[in-house]
Amino acid sequence: MSRIGVFVCHCGENISATVNCEKVAQISKELKGVEFSTDYKYMCSDPGQTMLKEAIKEHKLDGVVVAACSPRMHEPTFRKACSEAGLNPYLCEMSNIREHCSWVHPKDDLTTEKAEDLVRVMVEKVKKNKALNSIKVPVTKTALVIGGGVAGIQAALDIANCGHKVVMVEKQPSIGGHMSQLSETFPTLDCSQCILTPRMVEIAQHPNITLYTYAEVEKVDGFIGNFKITVRKKSKSLDEHLCTGCGLCTTKCPQKKIPNEFERGLGFRPAIYVPFPQAVPNKPVIDRENCTYYIKGKCKVCEIVCPTKAIRFDQEDELVEIEAGAIVLATGFDVLKSDFFPEYGYGKYKDVIDGLQFERLASASGPTMGEIRRPSDGQIPKKIVFVACAGSRDPAKGIEYCSKICCMYTAKHAMLYKHKVHDGTPYVFYMDIRAGGKMYEEFVRRAIVEDETQYIRGRVSTIYEKNGKLIVKGADTLMGAEPVEIEADMVVLATAGVANHGAEALAQTVHVSYDAYKFFAEAHPKLKPVETNTAGIFLAGACQAPKDIPESVAAASGAAVKVAALFSNDELTREPLIAVVNRQAPPVFSSCVGCFLCQSVCPYQAIEREEIKNRNGEVIKTLAKVNEGLCQGCGTCVALCRTKAIDIHGYSNQQVYTEVMALLND
Amino acid sequence: MQDFEPKIVAFVCNWCTYAGADLTGTSRTKYAANVKIIRFPCTGRIDFMILMKAFENGADGIIVSGCHPNDCHYSTGNFHARRRWIVFRNLMNFTGIDTERILFSWVSAAEGFKWADVVNNTVAKIREMGPYENYNKIAVSTLLKEEVSNHE
Ligand SMILES: Cc1cc2nc3c(=O)[nH]c(=O)nc-3n(C[C@H](O)[C@H](O)[C@H](O)COP(=O)(O)OP(=O)(O)OC[C@H]3O[C@@H](n4cnc5c(N)ncnc54)[C@H](O)[C@@H]3O)c2cc1C
Ligand code: SF4
Repeated sequence: MSRIGVFVCHCGENISATVNCEKVAQISKELKGVEFSTDYKYMCSDPGQTMLKEAIKEHKLDGVVVAACSPRMHEPTFRKACSEAGLNPYLCEMSNIREHCSWVHPKDDLTTEKAEDLVRVMVEKVKKNKALNSIKVPVTKTALVIGGGVAGIQAALDIANCGHKVVMVEKQPSIGGHMSQLSETFPTLDCSQCILTPRMVEIAQHPNITLYTYAEVEKVDGFIGNFKITVRKKSKSLDEHLCTGCGLCTTKCPQKKIPNEFERGLGFRPAIYVPFPQAVPNKPVIDRENCTYYIKGKCKVCEIVCPTKAIRFDQEDELVEIEAGAIVLATGFDVLKSDFFPEYGYGKYKDVIDGLQFERLASASGPTMGEIRRPSDGQIPKKIVFVACAGSRDPAKGIEYCSKICCMYTAKHAMLYKHKVHDGTPYVFYMDIRAGGKMYEEFVRRAIVEDETQYIRGRVSTIYEKNGKLIVKGADTLMGAEPVEIEADMVVLATAGVANHGAEALAQTVHVSYDAYKFFAEAHPKLKPVETNTAGIFLAGACQAPKDIPESVAAASGAAVKVAALFSNDELTREPLIAVVNRQAPPVFSSCVGCFLCQSVCPYQAIEREEIKNRNGEVIKTLAKVNEGLCQGCGTCVALCRTKAIDIHGYSNQQVYTEVMALLND
Repeated sequence: MQDFEPKIVAFVCNWCTYAGADLTGTSRTKYAANVKIIRFPCTGRIDFMILMKAFENGADGIIVSGCHPNDCHYSTGNFHARRRWIVFRNLMNFTGIDTERILFSWVSAAEGFKWADVVNNTVAKIREMGPYENYNKIAVSTLLKEEVSNHE
């Protein structure tokens, strides 16, 4: 290859502010094999791409190097432009002189020299590039949705309504997520269950949706269009087909004092239980850790009373294999653990509760039937203090971000309280009120003006108990940091929203990246908010960062559209940057010696055996062969192969060694 | 501190460290210009003979960096890289190559600041150590040079 074109981009001033782009273009022109070189203000713009295409035709270029931003940004753009000009797209490479150069170094000669080096490397590499054709792989038009909160529900319904199959996997015995625990929702104060339950039922009844509750994803193999997933359905100790959901067992179970997770410990449940009355599916599970039979070996009361004989004490976990073309992660969030707040006495004083517990108290179906009563003695609190930013925006607690939902739900809590306790006074300690959103600021105003909530700007330093009251000490920073002390009957902490407990492990199982706080990472914070770095895996809802319901639902619909777009074709086109075994004719001359070490390291089982036979049909040699559909191009086999018989397109031995030599020898 | 500009080559994987270094750029964090990146799909792809090639061609230091354990885009590539490095390091020590000049690290796609630190620390360390002139003496006196050339 000897007719290479080099195109150096200024990126407005993003590159040219520190790199002398004209000089880079000039110097590159001197490189052996470079036919044409130029610099331009915006290579990715329409005129920039047109210029590239014209230069390819005019100078009959057989290789292109675009020195601009990261290839992770615009490689597809320029490869497409090349292909439109008749040049094989894989004969185009990018030098990253923005993210890796102009943005990280000062304006000086060294920076320009580095840019020259980076261009030279790619010029030498592109000489070794081969024209490649993209690979087509079939798409399995089934989506796996992990997590059945409002986000997972929305994504599953949207995908299913596009006519595609959906498998939903939910860890808990029922779908619904946090939203099913909420009483009423900001900014409209409509009842959470009333708007959620119909959609939960729709999931259960939708002909395109298969629901696995009490189940978790154990293993994910494969890749976009062709994932193979193993789901563990934990034993419910129940034959779901026989169970009619009558609930008799739950009333007869002798274990009655197990703290109810759904009520956040404010109520109790039996060992055989349905998490809440509107649960979907509305059938019980046996919590084996607390069941008398599993502990002591006898009881079986539920089995005796069950009219349909649906109880199965010997039932085992079941592993289900699922084939899916796309995965939507919708596993939601958690709230910060109580042991984070020794200074607020959470866990020590019964009447210091968190926001979710308050939701349960305010909920008509909750432990107090919707009356706001203190957990300690059942009294109605006359003074109640809400503490916003409990844990959030606090580097000392390791959570620097704003949890985003708590300002709003705290205003909601103050309102709900005032609507139920007319002679009571709600106080809110806050740092800032963050109420960006449609009708949000108006909602907070209502809490302040109509419901007379006392907003005090300042942090609470300590809470302690005295004569049956909770003494809340803080400062009012709008009154010159004057100390404030309130004798409250109850305190509600708006604890930080944090990543789900098992988020890190799940990310590792499905192979997506996560951020420092263990929330799943999007592919691009602005332009690819619902994609992950792993093709075919999308994000919905609060598993990505704390989100309220409207945002979670919007993201879920976004993810669903991405899935539907992927499923709109029977095949998808993949980059051909995969491994190949050298295989001259006749194949006995391949340097592959058939050791199959590559097979043992390949994470995708992409290495097959190919038998070479002589005229008599006798096997004379066995070679490794790469399955193009399975290979993902990691190249582990290439590094390992003792005879260098296996190589990888795009990062071949020739290419990478050439790059190293070009980099170090100018 | 010696007054020379070290040449350092970084072999990084596409999914974590390359993206992390992109983030360093996006967040405009400054670091030394001495380090230049060569992109690989995965650290599992890196055949360590290429490190020898880099030294032979005048590199003073090397960084190999990929995804944190368990975070590999391809599940296990970084584990293979780590194992291979453990074996290869012994071999290099045996032949007299200064393995102090090679830094093996994990930098994720979210660790833009960490990448800047890794680069700056390595540059400072190699500057301290001086140019790697010894390599060619070792390589000439053994058959290593030929062996490396065979790998091109
Ligand atoms: C106290 C409080 C009050 C709130 N009030 C409001 C309000 O008034 N208005 C509003 O808009 N928002 C409110 N929110 C926010 C709202 O709860 C969230 O926006 C919403 O729940 C996010 O939905 P999600 O589906 O993303 O996550 P979640 O509701 O957390 O659902 C996630 C689901 O995934 C499941 N899951 C988790 N891990 C796995 C796994 N490994 N495998 C399978 N399944 C898994 C969980 O069991 C759960 O069912 C409030 C939040 C809190 C804490
Ligand atoms: S590059 Fe090698 S190890 Fe990786 S998937 Fe392809 S064949 Fe398997």
